Amino acid sequence: MIKLLLTAFFALFVLFLYGPMLAIFTLSLQGPDGALTFPVRSFGFYWLGQVFQEQRVGSFVESFQRSLWLGLAVVAIAIIVSVMASMAFRARFKGSLALFYLTISSLVVPGVLISLGIGITFQVLDIQTNWFSSGLGAHLTWTVPFAFLIMLGVFNRFNPYYEEAARDLGAGEVRTFQEVVLPLILPSLIGIALLGFTLSYDEFIRTSLVSGQYNTLPLEIFGMTTNVTSPALYALGTLTTLFSVTMIAVGFGAYKSLSRQ
Amino acid sequence: MNPDSAQPSRIVSSPPVSVRSADADGRADAGQMPTDARQGIVTEAAGVALRSVTKKYGPVTAIENVTLDIPAGAYCCLLGPSGCGKTTALRMIAGHEAVTAGEVLIGDRVVTQLPPAKRNTAMMFQNYALFPHKTIWQNVDFGLKMQRVSKAERTQRVGEILELVGLSHTADRKPNMLSGGQQQRIALARALVTRPQVLMLDEPLSALDENLRVRMRGELRKIQQQFKLTFIQVTHHVEEAFSLSDQVVVMNHGRIDQVATPTELFNAPASQFVAKFIGDNNIFEGRVSRTCRINGIESVELTVEGIGTLYCQGSAALNATAACSVRPDLMQLDPVLEDLAAPSTETNQVPVRVVDVEMTGYVTRVSLIVEATGQTMLYKARTTDWMGAGISVGQPLRATWSAEDCVFLPS
Repeated sequence: MIKLLLTAFFALFVLFLYGPMLAIFTLSLQGPDGALTFPVRSFGFYWLGQVFQEQRVGSFVESFQRSLWLGLAVVAIAIIVSVMASMAFRARFKGSLALFYLTISSLVVPGVLISLGIGITFQVLDIQTNWFSSGLGAHLTWTVPFAFLIMLGVFNRFNPYYEEAARDLGAGEVRTFQEVVLPLILPSLIGIALLGFTLSYDEFIRTSLVSGQYNTLPLEIFGMTTNVTSPALYALGTLTTLFSVTMIAVGFGAYKSLSRQ
Repeated sequence: MNPDSAQPSRIVSSPPVSVRSADADGRADAGQMPTDARQGIVTEAAGVALRSVTKKYGPVTAIENVTLDIPAGAYCCLLGPSGCGKTTALRMIAGHEAVTAGEVLIGDRVVTQLPPAKRNTAMMFQNYALFPHKTIWQNVDFGLKMQRVSKAERTQRVGEILELVGLSHTADRKPNMLSGGQQQRIALARALVTRPQVLMLDEPLSALDENLRVRMRGELRKIQQQFKLTFIQVTHHVEEAFSLSDQVVVMNHGRIDQVATPTELFNAPASQFVAKFIGDNNIFEGRVSRTCRINGIESVELTVEGIGTLYCQGSAALNATAACSVRPDLMQLDPVLEDLAAPSTETNQVPVRVVDVEMTGYVTRVSLIVEATGQTMLYKARTTDWMGAGISVGQPLRATWSAEDCVFLPS
């Protein structure tokens, strides 16, 4: 009985999580006579096709490409920086604890202020804001601290005797990292990539004031809510969600196959 | 009971010779170590020396001014309780820990500043630290690969050493697919394949269950003799140190208390700490009240409060505080109490009462209490002997032992 109640509770929780998306999914799968609100008039994939018609919904394809490249760049940088930073932190240099707290507290600074700060800094330096410069920076303020936190946890559990054994057997620092440390933390790096990409792909607030002339996907979608009056908007939501789910599935698959070793 | 029959604890703390048969009952998971020595793998052993070595971690001193000589080809155990500095000492010899002051020598080379790989040593880590993502072959091959040994030679040497430890068939497996005993052999193979002069072992048997531990002990000793290497092993296990070592180094609070062969250590602990640590010794603290000669040997009369005078061999200044110890198997228990009034310089005697009797197998452990002081004592008898003695719990007795069997412990 209790088990049943708990199951029901969990089902409700999942429904709560996916309920809003279910409405979007349903409304995106309509025929040409579909509208922005319920009831659904007819079933079809018309609006999914309409997403790729530039004149109807703005430049979805380009903004998607921008967000994709931005996400990949964020992942690459976050991995490199977080691994290096956590290895430095592991060595416990003087002042490392203060730096740790500063890093963590940067996460609680309101995102819009960070965006504003980056915007103003670029203005002072007289540099044009752009999605691949100031926008990338804004994403990194959000993703790198998270990646760093994860890596700290990973290295906390990392048995230092593996590295000592490698050194004992004649490996230098570089070989030790290549041969022992990197293969062992690889599954965790997939985890960081997954989180970094997800955080970047739907980042809105920090990017809002610094993306420059061209929008990232979330900014583009937000823009559309004011001027697109057809279910193509929902169709776009469905497509980007499918893309996110695919990325997560790929990430989990990679994580599983790597950590099975 | 006569003194000759009362030496049962030698059964428990056996000397090195008797353990070599311990691997006779091979289990399938560990396989058998082939007995033929591969002469090609043998390298020249080197001795190890510490010269006034000190290690400090900030304000904490882990090792204080330690000087030690380990002869080439010896099996040396660093023995002591946790936190005594034995692991730190081992890691300094291996080069995994920097020395604060002093020198480390391997052979006649000063290696104090050299990295681990340049010391011609190899280390077998606690829990083995086999690389979990590499196969057994890759694990063993790793050191040779790092030393840029040619592919052909690597293949030959790795194959050879895997065969030696009897685990060629596991070459393609990952470490977590091997049993504890097998992992231990692979760790040994990985350390030996680089042909070190000194092998360091950090608690190599602690991860194994009791039966396997006794068997692997025998194998470690066999490999050490086969390769004629210097082995330095850290352990907190007295029996392990006794059974394996040519040389036991007892450490306490970052210092060396005694360096001796297992037999010397067992018969003549040099300090109260050693006497306590190697187990079950009965220790009496007192004051030196007289020095004398017993049977022509320099001896000491110790006055112990509540007990009277005890005699042991040794020399000390008058009135110095000191202690003496007697092994629980070297005492006799005498139900006849009448001699108590007449102390003799030949035989120490203390009135006791039996508190508890524990039959543990070959040995029966008898807990005694000295009623005058409340001190507890231990007596060990061969179970066979004890059963014939007819002594029961609560019975007052006279514990006696000769001055010769009483070890003087200066403080």
